[in-house]
Amino acid sequence: MKVVLQDLTKIYPSRTRKGEEVRAVDAFTFEIPDGKLVGLLGPSGCGKSTTLNLISGLEAPTKGKVFFGEDDVTALPPEKRGVGLVFQNYALYPHLTVRQNILFPLQNLRGKEKLTKQEMNTRAEEAAGLVQIDALMDRKPSELSGGQQQRVAIARALVKMPRILLMDEPLSNLDARLRLQTREEIRRIQRETGITTIFVTHDQEEAMSISDLIVVMKDGVVHQIGKPQSVYDEPVNLFVAKFLGTPGINLFTGRVQQETLLIGEEAVLPVKGCADGKVIVGIRPEGFIPSEHGCVSCHMERVEVMGRDTSVVSTHPCALNEVIRSIISAEDVPNAASGVIRFEIKPNKTYLFNPATEERIRFTGTEQGGET
Amino acid sequence: MKKNSLRPWLYLLPAIAFLGLFMVYPLVDVFVYSFEEGYNSASQTYFGTGFYNYSYVLHDPYFLQAVKNTFLIVMITVPVSTAFALMISLGLSSLKKLQELYQTIYFLPYVTNTLAVGLVFMILFKRTAYSEGLVNLLIRFFGGSSVDFIDGPYWAKMFVMCFYTVWVVLPFKILILTSALASVNQDYYRAARIDATPKWRIFFRITLPMISPMIFYLVITGFIGAFKAYSDEVALFGTDLNSAGMNTIVGYIYDMLYGNSGGYPSYASAAAILLFAIVLTITCINLLFSRKNVTV
Repeated sequence: MKVVLQDLTKIYPSRTRKGEEVRAVDAFTFEIPDGKLVGLLGPSGCGKSTTLNLISGLEAPTKGKVFFGEDDVTALPPEKRGVGLVFQNYALYPHLTVRQNILFPLQNLRGKEKLTKQEMNTRAEEAAGLVQIDALMDRKPSELSGGQQQRVAIARALVKMPRILLMDEPLSNLDARLRLQTREEIRRIQRETGITTIFVTHDQEEAMSISDLIVVMKDGVVHQIGKPQSVYDEPVNLFVAKFLGTPGINLFTGRVQQETLLIGEEAVLPVKGCADGKVIVGIRPEGFIPSEHGCVSCHMERVEVMGRDTSVVSTHPCALNEVIRSIISAEDVPNAASGVIRFEIKPNKTYLFNPATEERIRFTGTEQGGET
Repeated sequence: MKKNSLRPWLYLLPAIAFLGLFMVYPLVDVFVYSFEEGYNSASQTYFGTGFYNYSYVLHDPYFLQAVKNTFLIVMITVPVSTAFALMISLGLSSLKKLQELYQTIYFLPYVTNTLAVGLVFMILFKRTAYSEGLVNLLIRFFGGSSVDFIDGPYWAKMFVMCFYTVWVVLPFKILILTSALASVNQDYYRAARIDATPKWRIFFRITLPMISPMIFYLVITGFIGAFKAYSDEVALFGTDLNSAGMNTIVGYIYDMLYGNSGGYPSYASAAAILLFAIVLTITCINLLFSRKNVTV
């Protein structure tokens, strides 16, 4: 079932008479294709949870429409939309066993949808099997670990075979190891059921790793929608570039002069098609190659080796970040004693932004390509 | 080492001394008196020991009347007031506007003096030579015949008594239940809404279990409070409760000690021990019941 959001807007009136109204979601238009896993990504307070509530029907939009497939569901209350929702805190009924929790939505079915006890049990067992909690059916939620509770919550959302599955920060209450495991699990469950799934997260790594599509939001406004890798490779503005990637993108002040990018006084890259003027230069950590004749000279601080990654931490007078982090291959580790380290930079890992509007400035380099 | 083991006891000493002197000693003493026949507190003498006091109390028609009254009040007011309080709290918590104003209004009886409330009830219900009382005026208005609620038939007096008790205990219960309802995480209701749960089912399967510990607390304290009822009866029917036929067990104990027919600490002690046994039994039954049904 595809989900179409049309000019979706939610405005909260101000609490005080003189205060400003809050535009939690501003003119969100987007079509989520059938059977995809979509991550709504943004810093906290960006309106992603509100968007989820608008889709579920728990909140009514100020303006705009929501379609499930061809049906306009904007006016439908949540109970008639047929969505499954997994809450951030799971919201499992603490006094009911796992089985009773999973059965709960089925017992609400009335009329021609009503199931026999036998059918309900079969459905509950199936849902529990899908999330691999069939052995825990007679426990209370308090006797389960966080990850297990999360699975129960997913099973409860899936058991009524929803048209859309919504998840609000599904991994934020789990510890790091469990988070990795559970996000794979969510991916697997979504693939197996083929249900269009929308989840909300503030963790870009989480969204990047499992989503088919990510929607990057800030202050109620959608900044970019696309496949995780293409959003990472082609950010439309400074916010998106900064928000995606760990370690984050390195930023410099620079300027363009006669189609050449300068950082400080060093000519760094030929940038065809760019007007002269000041720019913000963003370079991904993997965009640096240490080289004796490199065009960016930084002051070396230290080399950090974390697992398989080797990163060089250095400083540069024009950098907007405190330190520049570059991830390099282990063979290229420079002599740590030398004070100055020089880098070549990869044009396809380098982005220019307008310092005023923060919009991306496109350019064509002379030596396009390299690794992606 | 020895010093260490003495120190905690030293800290506890004031509390132990006070509790022992004013709680444990009187309790034991009452127990002892209840077996001493014809104990006289002035001369500190008695003629014998045995179960005579209990036998006397249990054969005293006033005591039996008091037990009957107390049980009726307990059995009627505890469930009725808890149910009413629950309904009112549900109503209050679903209010969107003026919720706090209504909460305050419902809480007013709690801060009102018992005797003042009793006086108001008298005015509402009592029939005098000059007036019929407001309630009787209403009954007459709707074509009924007036009833004397204060000096009239037993059922009418019991009705006023229960009405009064419910009214007096309601605010506290409403206060507890509204805060219990407010403490239920709204996500449970959102989850239930998403799953198209009917309203009655949300109430019985989610709300009620979630607030069951508080309901249980109210029932236990309600039982104990109603068993100890006395001042409310005095406020409505005056001090001569035996002749009004509206005495309670605590009232009986008081009368045996200080009332017009008083001066019998032995009988009073026996009655007190009987009351203690009744409250203990009921509380144990409640605890057993709750272990099966209350979910925390």
